[in-house]
Amino acid sequence: MQELEYDIVIIGGGPAGLSAAYSAYENGARSILIIERDFELGGILQQCIHNGFGLHHFKEELTGPGYAQRCIELIANKPEIVTMVDTMVLDISTEKKIIAVSPKEGLMKITGKTIILTMGCRERTRGAIRIPGERPAGIFTAGAAQRMVNMVGYLPGQKIVILGSGDIGLIMARRMSLEGCKVQAVLEICPFSNGLTRNIVQCLQDYEIPLLLAHTITEIHGKDRLTGITVSKVDENMRPIAGTEFDIECDTLLLSVGLIPENELSRGLHLKMHPLTNGPIVNQRRTTSLPGIYAAGNVVHVHDLVDFVSDEAEIAGKFAALEVQGKVCDALRRTEVKTGEGIRTCVPQILDIPAEGEAVRLFMRVGAPERKVKLEILSDGQVILNKLLPVAKPSEMIAVDISAEKTKLMGCELTVRLSRGV
Amino acid sequence: MTMEKLTMNCITCPVGCEMTVTVEDGVVINVEGNSCPRGKKYAEVEVVAPKRMLTSTVAITGGLLPLLPVVSQEPLPKNKILACAQELRKVSVEAPIAAGQVICGNILGLGVNIIAARAIDKE
Repeated sequence: MQELEYDIVIIGGGPAGLSAAYSAYENGARSILIIERDFELGGILQQCIHNGFGLHHFKEELTGPGYAQRCIELIANKPEIVTMVDTMVLDISTEKKIIAVSPKEGLMKITGKTIILTMGCRERTRGAIRIPGERPAGIFTAGAAQRMVNMVGYLPGQKIVILGSGDIGLIMARRMSLEGCKVQAVLEICPFSNGLTRNIVQCLQDYEIPLLLAHTITEIHGKDRLTGITVSKVDENMRPIAGTEFDIECDTLLLSVGLIPENELSRGLHLKMHPLTNGPIVNQRRTTSLPGIYAAGNVVHVHDLVDFVSDEAEIAGKFAALEVQGKVCDALRRTEVKTGEGIRTCVPQILDIPAEGEAVRLFMRVGAPERKVKLEILSDGQVILNKLLPVAKPSEMIAVDISAEKTKLMGCELTVRLSRGV
Repeated sequence: MTMEKLTMNCITCPVGCEMTVTVEDGVVINVEGNSCPRGKKYAEVEVVAPKRMLTSTVAITGGLLPLLPVVSQEPLPKNKILACAQELRKVSVEAPIAAGQVICGNILGLGVNIIAARAIDKE
């Protein structure tokens, strides 16, 4: 078995992995390996052919493949950054020994002084939401259909219903319409949409596709191929209301019902996980509970913008690079970030602040849509920062910067919460 | 003289500002709620002649993949988007293709080029 050693090994060659590699290089690392299981770099961006990527990170509007190409160009022609495609990581040990396999090289044992986990996320499937009914062909996750339509050249069907109003579902509603399919409806169990407003406008309203909020599928019909679904209204507890059923004819059902960070390798390492983000608990440098193992991007928490994935991965890349060069300042104090009223998740969950302070950006999601609220950050009960939010939606992540100066004054507990009626 | 107030969301970037747009005789005279100048620009175009970017795929032979993603170099009239997408279904190119290469020049005579969104090498 081939044995290899690198200063930094990055698992996953999507936007997070590529941005982490670039940042690690920019911060002085000179022995970097990216392992990617697909046949090329770029990750899921390669199938997201729509535009709207990169406005924050590259200050330019790009398509998914365009964004990927930018990231790939940033690491290209640098012999210090090695990439392996068609390579699957099977296991990582706490001693940072990686077992990987590829058809070309066979089994490999790769040791990293540091490891950055950037495996991204995957889609929830029919099994995860337990839709009752028959089990015919014609039911796909929206992302699988996206790959078929945009990269492989198959149309999954002609008459489409989409369950879930997440961004992938909305984007696919438009994509299928452009390919000449009829999108009958998008159904959303929540009383609000889970996608970006711009996607409701340009993917549904532009094509006159109805969005049925507080509705879900209560039966699937069809013996061999899907022939239709039964839809019901749901009450405030998301339970179907008897007597509200109606049928929609369709040959294809696309599921856009949420994403799950892909953490089999993290669980194998027994990293401390967060029950709501479904990702490893990290500090502001994106260090996990195991020293020398970093995590960034959708593997930590599902982002809505790839731009923020890149930003986060650059943090992980930077600190992994500083660690291998022995340049990391030790933390003086550990602050735990707690979520209060109205806030569902906040990343990072831990702040390890050195004596001179360290600038920190917190990424938060609210639990339900809110209007005119004040986001408050409290350190040991004292408000140290607040920000007025005209609108806050669960689908749109909120980013707040805390200056290095302010982090010096923090106690051992930080709370983020919403204050209403402002 | 007719004056009306419209509520619309800017779709230029993911922030999606909710704007109140005052229109007088078909012309935007005031925009509120936008957090950057792009919102005003969007509202002005959206009220008069809405435009959208188009992204789709065309067939490619001899490449690592059977499809090449393409994008309009500039926004196209919204009511021509479906016709342009239909037109692109007839297009086939041969690998290699460089990112940014013109795949369909001046589509449907609208003065906008459709370009490759990525490079695709020969198989």
